[in-house]
Amino acid sequence: MLKATGLTKTFNGGTPNEVRALDGVNLGFDDGAFVVVVGTNGSGKSTLLGALAGEFPLDGGRIELDGIDITGWPVYRRARWIGRVFQNPFAGTAPGMTIAENLTLAARRDRRFGLARALSRRRRETLVQKVQSLNMGLEGRLDHEIGNLSGGQRQALTLLMATWVKPRLLLLDEHTAALDPKTAAVVIRLTREIVGRDRLTTLMVTHSMQQAANLGDRLIMMHRGRIIHDVREEDKRRLRAEDLLERFEDLRRTEALDASAADLLRNHYV
Amino acid sequence: MSLLISAATTGFFLAMLVLGVYVTFRLFDFCDLTTDGSFALGAAVTAILLTADVHPVWATLAGAAAGAAAGALTGLLHTRMGIHGLLAGILVMTALYSVNLHIMGKSNVPLLSTPTLITLSEEFAARRLGVPENVMLLGWTVALRDVAALALGAGVVAVALLLAFVFFRTDLGTAMRATGDNPVMVRALGADTRNMLLAGVAIANGLVALSGALLAQYQGFADVQMGLGMLVWGLASVIIGEALVRTRRLGLVLVGVVMGSILFRLLVAIALRWGLEPNDLKLITAVFVLGALFLPGLLERLTRRKGAAGHA
Repeated sequence: MLKATGLTKTFNGGTPNEVRALDGVNLGFDDGAFVVVVGTNGSGKSTLLGALAGEFPLDGGRIELDGIDITGWPVYRRARWIGRVFQNPFAGTAPGMTIAENLTLAARRDRRFGLARALSRRRRETLVQKVQSLNMGLEGRLDHEIGNLSGGQRQALTLLMATWVKPRLLLLDEHTAALDPKTAAVVIRLTREIVGRDRLTTLMVTHSMQQAANLGDRLIMMHRGRIIHDVREEDKRRLRAEDLLERFEDLRRTEALDASAADLLRNHYV
Repeated sequence: MSLLISAATTGFFLAMLVLGVYVTFRLFDFCDLTTDGSFALGAAVTAILLTADVHPVWATLAGAAAGAAAGALTGLLHTRMGIHGLLAGILVMTALYSVNLHIMGKSNVPLLSTPTLITLSEEFAARRLGVPENVMLLGWTVALRDVAALALGAGVVAVALLLAFVFFRTDLGTAMRATGDNPVMVRALGADTRNMLLAGVAIANGLVALSGALLAQYQGFADVQMGLGMLVWGLASVIIGEALVRTRRLGLVLVGVVMGSILFRLLVAIALRWGLEPNDLKLITAVFVLGALFLPGLLERLTRRKGAAGHA
């Protein structure tokens, strides 16, 4: 169970470039929830994900995972509980090492690395099974360097690594944004399969309205560091991509109105 | 022949240094200048313990441990105090110069009258194995002392290679290798990359100091200057070793790095024999490393430009 209260974060505070990336975000969800986050550029959706992963210290607020306060925990400590797939398909794997070596590191994410053999026979067998489940034909290339694989293949393997040890929270940061549409569809299918099979508590940030409408059981729309829509259950099931686009259009109109209203006032009174 | 043997023996002892440089420079992508200081530190600690009648095995291990401590200090400066990696190494290296002088009490400690690992293995060969004073090796007469030193070097290298090979294939060792390749990923998999780097730099400098300790015993003295330029020497050997095996597979690269050490030492010995001015040695080594680092990129750019011209 995730509970985030009053998350605030300002970048470049006190300078002309000041950005209020998170402006008092409250968010809570139960085990097994699959939450999709959408928002305009600079809305704070990626910052929210970074805050949960522990990438930077918050200005304020508190994050609890399963009742334990993890607000002050560094990235690597949270990583024992939190699985993560990055937007950059090359960020989640070590290019100079083999597929097998990369994957085996994920097998003990919840524990300290010790002096046991990294690729014991038993580990290898599990590894072959896991890679076979991807249906990408990679099980025959376990000893090839991962740097030679395509972005989609690497992203699929990263997903496998992030979920090998069942995470208490899975963070997906626009993990298909850098892939071509066909590969993106494959990775989305895998995401749906794995999240559904293990009933993983998931937070997924996406740019794709189609994904946002089709995936997950709850949708959050962010704007200027705040949550402005929170669509759940029946409403989420009925939500279509067009509805989302409409809401973004509304947002744009209000923004434009704000700006022109300000101009109007300035012309009249200054 | 004795030139060959002494070059090979020195190459074996320096292989520890080369392994250490390989760990920091290649596995962690960390250019560690501590190397020059910890090489002399290993020699100094071992020499002073030997003159105090400590058993050579313990004296050598103590030298290596001192090097590991120096490496850990560089790691701490870099990861916990946020000092730039190069600067952290320079600071520790500079400090070590004074430390080494304090340890030895003077700039040079001779080891001719104390037992060393070399004299121990010579005695072992003569007493237990009954090897005569002079040995026939490939039709040449060679002094027992030289053969014993060569065997010692080969033995130490074999053990170190085996340990490195096993260690870097454990969970921890694999995570260490991944740290140099993609630290973001290693953190996302639950490991503190700062500790990985710290341990790596400590292990590497332990190897470097071990190399210094062995070389001091072989050449019969420890000198405060003996670490000068050893990092660049190690880099040259690593580059040669990698060119020899042309692969990134761990086992082969480790063996290649040792071969690189011996080959480079041999090349230098031959060049000196042909009349190369010893004073120019470091200049030539530096130019060699520069070329080896710069030329592959230059060649690639040239061929790509040619390819692009062909397309246009």
